Amino acid sequence: MSAIEIFDLARTALGYGLLAIGSLAALIGAIGLLRLPEFYTRAHAAGITDTLGALGVLLGLAVLSPDLLTALKLIVVLVVALFASPTSCHALARAAFRSGVRPALDGNRPPPTVPGE
Amino acid sequence: MEDFLMIGLLLVLCATGIAIAFMRDLLVVAMLSGIFSFVCCAVFVLFDAPDVAFTEACVGAGVSTVLTIAAIRLTGRREKREGRRASVLGLTLACICGLALIYGTLELPRFGDPRAPSQTHVAPHYIDRTAEEVGVPNIVTAVLGSYRGYDTMGETVVVFTAALGVLILLGGAQSRPLRRGDAPARKDQDVVLRGIAALFIPMTLFLAPYVQFHGAYSPGGGFQAGAILGGAMILYALVFGIDRLNQLVPERVLRVIAALGVLTYGGTGVVTVLLGHRFLDYDALGARPAGQQIGLTAIELGVFMTVACVMIILYQRFASRGDQ
Amino acid sequence: MRDLIGLFPYWAVVVLMMTGLYIVIAQGNLVKKLVGLGIFQVSVFLLYITAGVVEGGTPPILNDQFTSYTNPLPSVLILTAIVVGVATLAVGLALAVRIREAFGTIEEDELQPLATPEQPAQKGPGA
Repeated sequence: MSAIEIFDLARTALGYGLLAIGSLAALIGAIGLLRLPEFYTRAHAAGITDTLGALGVLLGLAVLSPDLLTALKLIVVLVVALFASPTSCHALARAAFRSGVRPALDGNRPPPTVPGE
Repeated sequence: MEDFLMIGLLLVLCATGIAIAFMRDLLVVAMLSGIFSFVCCAVFVLFDAPDVAFTEACVGAGVSTVLTIAAIRLTGRREKREGRRASVLGLTLACICGLALIYGTLELPRFGDPRAPSQTHVAPHYIDRTAEEVGVPNIVTAVLGSYRGYDTMGETVVVFTAALGVLILLGGAQSRPLRRGDAPARKDQDVVLRGIAALFIPMTLFLAPYVQFHGAYSPGGGFQAGAILGGAMILYALVFGIDRLNQLVPERVLRVIAALGVLTYGGTGVVTVLLGHRFLDYDALGARPAGQQIGLTAIELGVFMTVACVMIILYQRFASRGDQ
Repeated sequence: MRDLIGLFPYWAVVVLMMTGLYIVIAQGNLVKKLVGLGIFQVSVFLLYITAGVVEGGTPPILNDQFTSYTNPLPSVLILTAIVVGVATLAVGLALAVRIREAFGTIEEDELQPLATPEQPAQKGPGA
């Protein structure tokens, strides 16, 4: 096979591999959201979907895209998503903490102190 | 391949809708309605309607969810458990209606048929004649602003009237008048939120005019741009406090600009009448397609002003209510 | 089979419409009813957009590479409808807030005996 065909094959394989990783991460996040015991662990599971899931899917699509401009646009979308999604997860956890939801901790360790204003 | 995607998305949509019916916690209902709007946005993209998807994402998923949560803060978070009798009657009625409608859908034209009546009436005229008559590539913007400009004026007036309604309902003695430095919101000094907001709000403020003016060449236009600007200001209020927003954009200024937006739209029509043509006939402003584009720019500006200010006013009203 | 898949969007529209209808007529909380009305509206949007799809077409933005475009008219109508929908939602929510402040509740079955002309509107607890 010529160099271009090998390059295309590698690109396709990498793209679909990244898509598979992203989809798997999203599935794991969804299962965690349903099965984990309390709020903060579930928020962590949702965070997996936001970061690894978005990274895998968008990078995979960028690798598979037909031209450079589409790939660049997808990278920009990825950067924005990587800023925005963990921030919303943080805002959710912070709002829960400020309204009194506390993590279920091991009994031997002291609970976390209230964050200073 | 696309069929699987379509069926999957529609199933998620139906599941979310049915879940909303069962939920008792209204905050969960608000979140689910946001998810519902976003999945619907994905379905619209799949069905080749990017303008609609854009508007649904900005307006339906963005502003609707915020307003619902702001209202739930004032009305209570939990729904009371209903008696069983009403539920059975409602369910039966819904099932009978649903079965009748499904029987009706069997007679509809085939999905995607290019010879269906909906594709052969006016649509070919818009698709074929937009390039020479209006001169903008985005056919949806051309139809919205030029061919069906009168409907869009009605829509802008409806948005403005909704703001009037909310101002009348929530502007009485119960809520304090919004003064400078009023409503000491719970000071949220969170570094992460403030930092990210400092990054995102300027970016969004740049996006709004881009969407506004590029709406003639790509999905976009006045409504989406107005909703985006409104959303940016709502984000500012959510992170930095409603009093900072009230200082930045006092409500009396917003009211004037919203009214000026409607005036711009109607005023364009009046100008064309005074120049001897019919109401909103852009031929008065110049030969086609230049005159059409001047008219389009003017009315889109009016729409943008009204929608942006109305979104901010609505949020300000809901967020300021009930703070003692 | 092809036709069955093509009917699926319309059936999803019917399911959503009936869900919205059920929420509006059978559930008591006013805010919940408004959300149900929103679901009903979205199902109607979906109906229009589904009717406008042309197979093999692209979004209605003129481009030299394409000849077959999706119908632009439903997009225009639904764009209008979405913005009007959020406007009416805002007014409905404002009404719900005022009802809560005047009567102390927004549950329909608690409101029915309260909202009679003989009784003056009383400020409810915790308004």
